[in-house]
Parts: sequence; C-alpha cells; structure tokens
Amino acid sequence: MFDKILIANRGEIACRVIKTARRMGIKTVAIYSDADRNALHVRMADEAVHIGPAPANQSYIVIDKVMDAIRQTGAQAVHPGYGFLSENARFAEALEAEGVAFIGPPKGAIEAMGDKITSKKIAQEAGVSTVPGHMGLIADAEEAVRIASQIGYPVMIKASAGGGGKGMRIAWNDDEAREGFQSSKNEAANSFGDDRIFIEKFVTQPRHIEIQVLSDAHGNALYLGERECSIQRRNQKVIEEAPSPFLDEETRRAMGEQAVALAQAVGYTSAGTVEFIVDGDRNFYFLEMNTRLQVEHPVTELITGIDLVEQMIRVADGQALTLKQSDIKLNGWAMESRLYAEDPYRNFLPSIGRMTRYRPPEEVVRDTLVVRNDTGVFEGGEISMYYDPMIAKLCTWAPSRLEAIEAMRVALDSFEVEGIGNNLPFLSAVMDHPRFVSGNITTAFIEEEYPEGFEGATLPEDELRRIAAATAAMNRVAEIRRTRVSGRMDNHERHVGRDWVVTLQGQEYAVEIEADREGATIRFDDGESLRVTSDWQPGQPLAMLQVGEAPLVLKVGKISGGFRVRSRGADLKVHVRTPRQAELARLMPEKQAPDTSKLLLCPMPGLVVKIDVEEGQEVQEGQALCTIEAMKMENILRAERKGTVSKINAEAGDSLAVDEIIMEFD
Amino acid sequence: MKDILQELENRRETARMGGGERRIAAQHAKGKLTARERIELLLDEGSFEEFDMFVAHRCTDFGMEQDRPAGDGVVTGWGTINGRQVYVFSQDFTVFGGSLSETHAQKLCKIMDMAMQNGAPVIGLNDSGGARIQEGVASLAGYADVFQRNIMASGVVPQISVIMGPCAGGAVYSPAMTDFIFMVKDSSYMFVTGPDVVKTVTNEVVTAEELGGASTHTRKSSVADGAFENDVEALAEVRRLVDFLPQNNRSKPPVRPFFDDVNRIEDSLDTLIPDNPNAPYDMKELITKLGDEGDFYEIQEEFAKNILTGFIRLEGSTVGVVANQPMVLAGCLDIDSSRKAARFVRFCDAFEIPILTLVDVPGFLPGTGQEYGGVIKHGAKLLFAYGEATVPKVTVITRKAYGGAYDVMASKHLRGDFNYAWPTAEIAVMGAKGATEILYRSELGDAEKIAARTKDYEDRFANPFVAAEKGFIDEVIMPHSTRRRVCRAFASLRNKSLANPWKKHDNIPL
Repeated sequence: MFDKILIANRGEIACRVIKTARRMGIKTVAIYSDADRNALHVRMADEAVHIGPAPANQSYIVIDKVMDAIRQTGAQAVHPGYGFLSENARFAEALEAEGVAFIGPPKGAIEAMGDKITSKKIAQEAGVSTVPGHMGLIADAEEAVRIASQIGYPVMIKASAGGGGKGMRIAWNDDEAREGFQSSKNEAANSFGDDRIFIEKFVTQPRHIEIQVLSDAHGNALYLGERECSIQRRNQKVIEEAPSPFLDEETRRAMGEQAVALAQAVGYTSAGTVEFIVDGDRNFYFLEMNTRLQVEHPVTELITGIDLVEQMIRVADGQALTLKQSDIKLNGWAMESRLYAEDPYRNFLPSIGRMTRYRPPEEVVRDTLVVRNDTGVFEGGEISMYYDPMIAKLCTWAPSRLEAIEAMRVALDSFEVEGIGNNLPFLSAVMDHPRFVSGNITTAFIEEEYPEGFEGATLPEDELRRIAAATAAMNRVAEIRRTRVSGRMDNHERHVGRDWVVTLQGQEYAVEIEADREGATIRFDDGESLRVTSDWQPGQPLAMLQVGEAPLVLKVGKISGGFRVRSRGADLKVHVRTPRQAELARLMPEKQAPDTSKLLLCPMPGLVVKIDVEEGQEVQEGQALCTIEAMKMENILRAERKGTVSKINAEAGDSLAVDEIIMEFD
Repeated sequence: MKDILQELENRRETARMGGGERRIAAQHAKGKLTARERIELLLDEGSFEEFDMFVAHRCTDFGMEQDRPAGDGVVTGWGTINGRQVYVFSQDFTVFGGSLSETHAQKLCKIMDMAMQNGAPVIGLNDSGGARIQEGVASLAGYADVFQRNIMASGVVPQISVIMGPCAGGAVYSPAMTDFIFMVKDSSYMFVTGPDVVKTVTNEVVTAEELGGASTHTRKSSVADGAFENDVEALAEVRRLVDFLPQNNRSKPPVRPFFDDVNRIEDSLDTLIPDNPNAPYDMKELITKLGDEGDFYEIQEEFAKNILTGFIRLEGSTVGVVANQPMVLAGCLDIDSSRKAARFVRFCDAFEIPILTLVDVPGFLPGTGQEYGGVIKHGAKLLFAYGEATVPKVTVITRKAYGGAYDVMASKHLRGDFNYAWPTAEIAVMGAKGATEILYRSELGDAEKIAARTKDYEDRFANPFVAAEKGFIDEVIMPHSTRRRVCRAFASLRNKSLANPWKKHDNIPL
C-alpha cells in the first residue's frame, strides 16, 4: 500500500479523500493556490505545497506544477478528485511516465469515454442501450416517416446544424413526422444555410439516473446501484438520491449489467459512473460515462456501506476487489443536497465573500439515521470567485425515502450559513414539495415548478401555527428576562402576562400561554392547544423545539418587537404582542417600499477602479456594478434592486466627487 | 357620596378623551397614535401614574376662556419600563394641536423636576404644533422654562426625545438638548423655520419631509439618532434603549441575566482581517461577535458611517462601543465621524457607561472640504472627549492605527485602561509607502531602492510590537479570544475610581 498520496484538488473533495486516506494510515499531501492558503484541505493534510496564483488555469490544472509537487513530496499516488485534472488523459500519462499511480482509470479508458461520439459507438458495441436514432442524412419526408416509425414515436426531428431550439420538431405520429421534417428542413435552411436533418428518439419525462461501477485490474467489475440526479437547475445537479424512486429491480439489473459491460469493454479500473437518461416507461439510454469519482458519490456509499475512495486507492495499488456482485445490497435511502453560494431570491446569482457564520448540523451515525456533511469551508472562511461555489454536500440516510427526506428537512433547518447568499431555503422548499416527495420527478422539475424563480416557500397553515406557538413561548422567555434587569422599583416589578397575539404573514393568532417548569402550553382562541418545550434562550440563533407531536427547528433573529424566523425555506417576520399592543399596531399604516433612485451615485470621493456592467445589461439586486477606490480602499457598489443599466457615465480611471452619477437604470 | 366619587370618574373620562373622538380618528388616519396610546406602549402595562390630569390653561384672550380642556394638550406622569422608573410626557395633538401653553409647560417642568430629584430618565413624546399663539410671550416663557430644565438635567438623568409629529420653531430646542432624539418615518418632522418661511426668505422650494423629515435628520443633519417605521416600533425600540441606560449619573449601568458564554471563542475572528491590507471588512461583525448574544443598539446608524457608535452588553452589563468602520471611507476620521463619536463618548462618560473602542483608522480625511469645515476643531472634540473620560476604557486595535488618529482613538496616552492589539495591528505614524517617500526623498527615482526601503519600514513598524515594547499596548491578543479578554478587562475595572481636577466646567472645542 502507498505511504503517501497527493490530492490534486481542493475544497470538499480534497478533504473527503484526506479523511479516507488518514483512516487507511496513508499520509496526505495537499496542493493549494494563493486563494487557498488558509483552506481547510491545507490544514487537514499532512503536507501542503503551494502551486501558484488563484485562477485554476494557473494552478490546479497546470500539470507541470502538480508534477513538481509530487516530486517534491515523494507522493506515490495521486487522487484527482473531480473536475480539474480528473479526466485529463495527459495528466494520467504524465503520472505513468514518472511511475506514480493514478487513483483513477487507465488513460485509454479516459480517452475512449471522453469523446461523445466515440463513447456512444463503444457503448453500442458493448450492447448498451443508446438513444435510437438515424445518424445518416434523410432524403425526403417519406424516408423520415419510415425511419421515425422504425425508431418508435415520439421522435425528435433535428437540424444537424441546429441550436437554440431552431429547426427542432417533436413528432408523435406519421403525419407530424412528415410535416415536422419539412418545416425543420426549411427552418434549418433559412437559419443555418444547412438543411441536413436527422431523427432520434424523443425521450419523454426524462430522468437522469446513473450507475456507479467499480472495477479492478484483475477483470472484476461490479455495479453499486444507481443514483437519481433529476433535480437539476440549468444542467447543474442540486439534489441527488439513491436508490432512484423510479427503478424496479429488473431495470436496475439491466442498467447495472450494461454499465459493467461498458466498463469492461474499455478496460476500466477504479470507480466510474455511467449516466443514463430514463423515460416515463423505464426505457433507458446511455448518455455518457464519467471516468472519475462523482460529486454525488456519498449517497451510494450510504446505501452500500462501501467507501468508494478506499476502493479506488486499493484498486490503484493493484489489489483485486474483495467484493462480489452478490455482496452488494442496497440498504435504506440516502439524499444529498448541494449547498451552493447562490442567492435563490436573486435568481441564483452567485454570491461570494466571507461566511460570518457556518454551523452545519451535527453529523450522526445511528442505526436509523445518518447525517453526513462533506465540506471544505469553515466559519470565517471565504467563498472565492475563482472556484465552484459549492459550500457543502449535506447527506442524510434513513431506512426509507420519506424518513431520509424528513431527516434532510431537519438537517437543512439547522444548517446555519450567514454572510453570503445561499440556496438553503430553496433546498428546504424542494424537500417539502409534494411532487418531489411523491418521487414523480423529471429533469424539468425545477423549470416546471419554479418557472418564475424562487421567492421563498409558502408554509401550510398548520406549520404557521406551530411557528406561532413556538415564538409565543420563546417571546415569553425573552420577556421574563427583560423583567430581571437591575435597578427595578421594589415591589413594582413588571409581570409578564398570559395573553398574547402572534402576527405572521398578515395573520394574527390570539394565544394564551400557560407556562410550567418544563415548557408552555399555548392555547389558541379556537380551542386548539400546542405544547412547546425547548431549552432555547434569548440570543441563541438556532432554536430546537418540540411543538405538539413533532420537533421544530427555527433559525431565530431579532427584529423590532419580535423575531425573524427561518424554517422550511420560509423567511418570516413574527411579532408577538400583548392584545392591547396588537390592537394599536393594527392602526399603523402599511408602508410602500420606498422608490429607490434610478441612479447610482458615487458615495464618496474616489477613483473608479472598474465598471463591472455594460449598458443594456440586466442586473440583479446585489450584483456588483463597479468598484470605487477611496482612501486606498476598494469599495464595491452593488445594485439595490433588479433593473437594466441604461447609461454609464464613468469609466475606469475616472476620479469622481460625492454624488456624481456613475450610471443610470431604466 | 357615591355621586361625588362618580364625578371623579366622569372628569377622568372626559380628560382621557382629549380632543374628542373626531380628532382621535383624524390622528389615527394620519397613522399616528394618541398621546395616551403612546404612553401605554412605552410603559409597562398598568404602570402609568398620571399627574395634572385636570390642569387647564389660564388664557382669556381670543375667546380661549370658552375652551379649557382638562390636561391642556399634554399627558404627564411616571411609570416603569421593565420595572425601572421613568418620567414621561406625551403631547396630545388632538388638544389645540398639542400646542405649548404656560400651563402645558408647567406640567413638563413638574415631571422634569421630579425626575431630577428622584434620579430617573425623562422621555418626551413630541407631537405639537408649537407655541400656543393665543398666549403670546407666556408660551415662550414656558419653552424657556423647559429649556432650562433640559440643561440642568443634562448629564444628571438620561433624557430621550421621540418626535412623533410636528416639532417646529422654538420647540425643537428642547429635544435638541436631550441625549437622544428618535423620529418616526413619514409622520414626524423637525425644523426651526418651516417650508413657507424658507420660501419667503430664500426662495427655496422644499417640502416639510425634505426639510426636516426623519431621513434628513438621520442622514444629513445628524440631529436625530435614529428613525423607526411607525409609532409602535419607535416606542418598542425606546424601551429597548432604556434597558441599556442607567437611571441617573450616580447609578451603575443596568445588568440583566445573560445567556452567553463569557469565554466564548470566535475562531472566525482570526480571519476577519483580509490578507490585502487595503481591503475593507465589516467591523460590525466584530462588535456583534464580541457582545452578549450579538445584540448591538446602534446610535446614528445612518450618519457618518465611517464610525460606529452604540451599546452592547458584556456579562449582562452595558458597554458603549466606538469603532472605526473600514467599509466606509476606509474608516477614517473626519468632521462628521469625530462629532458623532465625541458626543457618544461624552454621553457614556456622563452616565458611567464603560467605553470599548475598536480601532482601524488610516488617519484623518484630507482635503479642502475638511480643513475649511474645521476638521481641526471637530477632530479635537473626539480627542477631548476621550481624554476627559474617567469611565473604564478598553481599546482593541485590529489593524491600522496611523498618525494622530492613533492618539485620538482612546490610546494609552489618553488614560486608556486596557489597550490591546491584534497581531495584525499596524501602529505607525503613517503607512509604509508614505513614510519611505518622505524619509528617502532622494531615492524616489530608484523604484527598486524605494521598494526595499518600504519593506524595511513595514517590517519594523507594520506590527503591534514596537508599541508593545514601549508599553503603549498592554498586550497583543488573539482575535479569537477577544471577547474573553475584553470581558475580563472590564470586570477588573468595575471599581475604577478616577477624578478630573475641580473645574467649573471644561471648555471643549465646540
């Protein structure tokens, strides 16, 4: 076995590999760029080598620099993680030349699977189901109809030169095929000056389901079940799970066996993933093979109990797999949520900067519950503009899918990230979405369910009630503390009453609180009552409560006269008032949001360092517009709301006075 | 007998109705609460004890004798806020527009005298059209009587003004002399002369809101210390402020039970200072991570944002915080920030509130605007305020402490009790580049030489150790343990006793 390996990556995956290596007694070497000097993977590794400036193309993906680090530290093997050099055949070759083991497949397999057309051909030859289609050119409408009926409807008629939906038609029968062929051809001729047309199967209700394979250099190959990755936003996976709620045993086996056949056909060793697209009738078609460890590999680990990184290291060491296909049992259900530094309320605009607070939920391993958080960040750390904006991968495992989802909801509720925008509320909202819970999902889920973007989850009435009860109880604790201030008049202390009115989302809940040693019983004016117990104390940002029969986790902040409460993807302002205060508060006028100016004014005398936008560009609230240097400090000016830049009056190098107009908006 | 008792109830009922239902409805329609409703929200439920409910004016001109409502346009008395005594007056706009008569003024004076005598804060809820014109000079005399009491109470008991409607002309000078002024957005304004007079005299056309609304006074003039959305929020926040303030200048700041760990380690503070010395960071993060439960009551949040002022609690006890804010103008001192911080420091010193100063200051803002505006005298205010303050003073230098601004920001030399520095501190006369350009002027043509000189200067001075060697810094501390160190420092100063020499009063450069 290797004594020392180098991890040619950063962030959570570098940390993840280091953990396994350490458990196996292998020393680890991290590499880092200027931006990662204080990164977690650098702290975790036994040694760390600096390899250049922040941009990855000057550091993490420069083969020579990585090779230097290997020589310098004497690492015997390299784990590439995902991304960067993980699927770079030249890198594998360079390692081979130095006699350093690559913890991944042979370079031939990387090359074979790296090309879309070659890989599809190899897959076909290996007996893997591919999207049926006619690659050759089609002469006329009648030939189109004949081919379409051979493939089986529905079919997609596509212009060879096509793009952006132009020259594309879906046909469900012969007539539509005839018509579609003609119109596609015309459109293609007009749009691209190239009227070549081809036809392939149109996959309805597509799901993205992939098979994890594992093979060694001794001819052994296994499949470790599937992962469903249909919840995607713009082709970026957001939530993955294993197994898929859609596959039956027969389809699973068929997909698995084909994936193994493909792996063997290309002489694959190590862990790899064969991606399929699966239609509503469980027909599956090969998409591509990823010759590396996938981001979402933890869900497979959680349902199989196999450490994929350990297997990869052993295989790279030349060991034979000790596992047989019959050993692979899928146990329970695992969910993964990718926590991104993207602001869901601002159209998922990437958010960079300092994480003033980062407190993931506690990791647990129990018989009926696992919570696992793979991350490469820490509180006070920076999410930089140079790399992937992923903050963490939060996984839960439980015996059933619904239990795994519930565990994920609780884990997301107790995940604290402040300082930068992040998609926690969106992840929570999806976990509560009835369609997601039903398992009836496709790759179009996010597009279909959130066509207008995300504006926070709407909680059901009973959940709002639970929050009302919880905040009434919490407010009582805070009020009692207020009455314990020093300097009170003797015998004229304030007594905290029992009747309160909780206001949230425009609804009022009149409650009576009966408190005792263990907690409080909150009685609503319609007779319902909820028991609330918690050890929450004023100032704590996370409240773990038991409300009625179920637990409730709230992120708690202060607002005037109440709380800001975040839970299950909703962000609520809650006021708790006495009945009289509530009565008077009702007299207060509803205020319109102030009309913010359509001008960006220079807030201080300074020098324009750079303008980040162009005239005519649409900007999101919070987007950086320009940078002004004053007192030798750079200040980033951001858009106060969504809009379009109509005019820019300044350019880099300009010296501006206070309130000079930098740009105007429509 | 019963009838006599009933008579009292009837009179009370009439007095409580103020200007009557129609005017109360009009007040509500403007989004404003009545004088009594406001008192209900300000004080603990059922704690209000009223004075002078039946006081009526004595004016006999212009037919005024026909209309003598009980209370005369202001409700006065005392009550408690979380059990602590306060005196309060609340002007009643439904009665003669809340205008101030001789008797109205007498009511204010009575509770102010009692507040002074009994050592409790005075809270004024202002909603008044101004002087009672029918009373002429008697009304003006009334204002002056109130002014005189404001002046005498200053530094004896905390005085808080909440502007909840109009406050114009001479009336503005009573709030102006209190410790804090808060305004209600969209329904309050303050000015010495209103838009009509402005138009006549200067030809400027301006609305009341532009001239003296909450936005004007919190952002431009700094007359107001804060603004709130509506009456309910404003009164809730005044309650919150009172929880931070001592009852008078002879009592200690209040302490209340706290649910935070004094020894809480904040590892994230170790990375608060960016690698790039010219990159800004948010000083508020340090303040909220230092204080109990992340609670920070900011004063003048919207004005001179390059300095932060406000209250936190350490171990449950109030501490005033002054901190340079690198996010704005690099955290430099200028006219506005010096004035803002100086007034805050003096308030804290007057009421025995310990002061925590967080320093990251590159110096004073240069420029003609500053010099013509008198930055010399305004900057001196802050210097003066720190130097005369005898309360416990703990200072933490996080990064830059350059030049005269280093001295000003509660340095050891101004009787700082604990002067801590983070390892990232740079205490020097100026930045390395500026310093070498002066020291090695003859070598300016040689970029390489200058770079080497700059590096030498940085190595020598861009750290806290030169100052620590001289004892100007008591200890260099780890950022992550700042809360513990600062809490212990203040704990050790609980019995601090320091007095300035006798003087009638000082002559701070106003």
